Amino acid sequence: MNSAAIATDESYLGSGWNWWSWLTTLDHKRIGILYTVTITLLFGIGGAAAAMIRLDLLTPHSQLVSIETYNKLFSIHGVIMVWFFLIPSIPATLGNFLVPLMVGARDLAFPRLNLLSWYLFVGGALFTIYALLAGGVDTGWTFYAPYSTTFSTSHVFAVATGVFIAGFSSILTGLNFVVTVHSMRAPGMTWFRLPLFIWSMYATSLILVLATPVLAMTLMLMGIERIFGIGVFDPALGGDPLLFQHLFWFYSHPAVYIMVVPAMGVASEIISCFCRNPVFGYRFMAYAILAIAAFGFLVWGHHMFVSGQSAYAGTVFSLLTFLVSVPSAVKVFNWTATLYKGHVSFEAPMLYALGFIGLFTIGGLTGLFLASLGLDVQLHDTYFVVAHFHYIMVGGAVMAFFGGMHFWWPKITGRMYPEGWARFCAILTFIGFNLTFFPQFIVGYLGMPRRYPEYPPEFQVWNVFSSAGASLLVFGYVVPLVYLLWSLRYGAHASANPWNAKGLEWETTSPPPSENFHTTPVVTEDAYAYGPAEHPHG
Amino acid sequence: MADAAAALHPQFDDADQQRTAANLGIWIFLATEILFFGVLFAAYAITRVRFPEAFAAGSRLTNLPLAGINTAVLVTSSLTMALGVHAAQHGARRALVGWLSLTVALGCAFLAIKAVEYRIDYLEHLVPSLNFRFAGPQADQVELFFYMYFFITGVHALHVLIGIGCIATIAVMASRNSFSRAYFTPVDVTGLYWHLVDVIWLFVFPVLYLISRSS
Repeated sequence: MNSAAIATDESYLGSGWNWWSWLTTLDHKRIGILYTVTITLLFGIGGAAAAMIRLDLLTPHSQLVSIETYNKLFSIHGVIMVWFFLIPSIPATLGNFLVPLMVGARDLAFPRLNLLSWYLFVGGALFTIYALLAGGVDTGWTFYAPYSTTFSTSHVFAVATGVFIAGFSSILTGLNFVVTVHSMRAPGMTWFRLPLFIWSMYATSLILVLATPVLAMTLMLMGIERIFGIGVFDPALGGDPLLFQHLFWFYSHPAVYIMVVPAMGVASEIISCFCRNPVFGYRFMAYAILAIAAFGFLVWGHHMFVSGQSAYAGTVFSLLTFLVSVPSAVKVFNWTATLYKGHVSFEAPMLYALGFIGLFTIGGLTGLFLASLGLDVQLHDTYFVVAHFHYIMVGGAVMAFFGGMHFWWPKITGRMYPEGWARFCAILTFIGFNLTFFPQFIVGYLGMPRRYPEYPPEFQVWNVFSSAGASLLVFGYVVPLVYLLWSLRYGAHASANPWNAKGLEWETTSPPPSENFHTTPVVTEDAYAYGPAEHPHG
Repeated sequence: MADAAAALHPQFDDADQQRTAANLGIWIFLATEILFFGVLFAAYAITRVRFPEAFAAGSRLTNLPLAGINTAVLVTSSLTMALGVHAAQHGARRALVGWLSLTVALGCAFLAIKAVEYRIDYLEHLVPSLNFRFAGPQADQVELFFYMYFFITGVHALHVLIGIGCIATIAVMASRNSFSRAYFTPVDVTGLYWHLVDVIWLFVFPVLYLISRSS
């Protein structure tokens, strides 16, 4: 024990600084960083495509790019952002780094599978980038048959192969997290002492494990049908295109919860820390996370209200979709109640987290519009839908990703980021985001369809607002990249617990040693034991 | 060496924790496999409901004797695998190596018989988009049946192949004395995977070969 402790006083970053040691690392913290670097690059590609889209939409006629190129731009934006940024975003970076630390373990249960998952992810990403360089794909991220199987002349198969491969990295990450949370908790770390971030990772992992195989096999059926000209999706071949949509959304609706449930976990940690209050209704928050994950599997048909599924199926899916709003609302109310009578301070992570609550609420409430069978006929495939899901995915998931990155940056790197710049960027992102996407609710309600490069001139003003907001978002995302990299060298050294936060990850050094804890921690209190009054047992 | 402590990975506190983690891990993996095949069964079922006569006609063209023999071969291989796990539990190294080798042999026999069956299918012009010919009504839908037949049995055969590789690896490890009464988790885990591949076949066989065959 003592000799081991001395030998590993060095942090996980310090030991063996060369390429080989990073590319063969089994340390969950290093793999988290490998993922962070990878998805940041991919976020850049997906973001560049979005910037081109917004530039092109400045004018009613598509002047910047051809219509074919426009189709490829929004397809690659969707594919990259969904599968190569949002799905892995919080779980593969912060989750990889934090899950073992938060449960008090030395590593994930299967470190080699964890490294394999990163290589699979990179392999899948390379396939997709190859397809992009070879000429792109024009099906949209949804690959709807029979366009994808029969008619599209773009690189559908290569992109689908990339997504297929990356899917296995999702499965391995999810499997690793579920097993780790079940079997690697430190002594005293009971299920209801787990931080809500761990609950959110657990629920997310269940979705990853149960939904991703369905996507993988569906894409395989689609790809083979494309190659051999026979299959079960194209009606001309005797297939059923609705079958593709059912199978696709059986994965892709739960995938929305893969993106936003981790964000809920991050927000719970940050809000509790910066108002010095335990999370209100902890158990209900944990149950709500599980309920969202469970209901998430039962609502896929709400993407198909106008696709020709039966009216009875539509009614049931509509009602179930309304049900999802119950646990979601429980979470919003409980975060708000956590703030009540707290000593609230407004550090950058807290600004991101508060922004998350507001934007998630708008995204959630507009989801109820779309869950209504009648209203959806009007709003389906308009910019209203685009705005709705960007409020959840960008306003929700990306805001929380940035908040979490700032919150745990001192733990990950051992350095503090510049607080003033960070607060400025948090506010800039919030303003830029609303300026980009709120006008899309209006223009969508007025009838502008999504995925069209041209629109009637009376919609131009809303599109100009939106593109102007997007330019603010570019700054909001690029500036943190600059100052976070700057802080690696010039930032102030971080103490073990700079936020005075609760949680096992703050009890070890910043950055942590390779084996996380010199001695296995023993947990004696509930999560979020902030303030003496609430916890007489302390 | 077959020492439990030597086989303990550093992230675990004790062998018990490691065994629990490995078992939970394989069960979750098996769940993903069921969903993976579930898509194929769902697609098959939906298409079959739409074209019942064509699918029944397709079923009648499949090779029941070879598939029947293959079912027996695969079920027997599950028995030999289970006996292998039993031998591992009792630390009987030679018996373990023997049962695992027999399982590998049976798995290879399954693939060989399947290959013969595919060849006969090819000679009978039953391979979709390659040489498919069917004289009766609804030829396109019968071709769709054979598309699903090749897809499902092909994905299953791939799983058998992976299983053979895993069991062969475990057999080599066993012959090098890597397992003991206290540590044989890889044998257990591989066994569970092999049984799942077997169970999936027990659904593939009736669904493709037997339903409405005599009608």
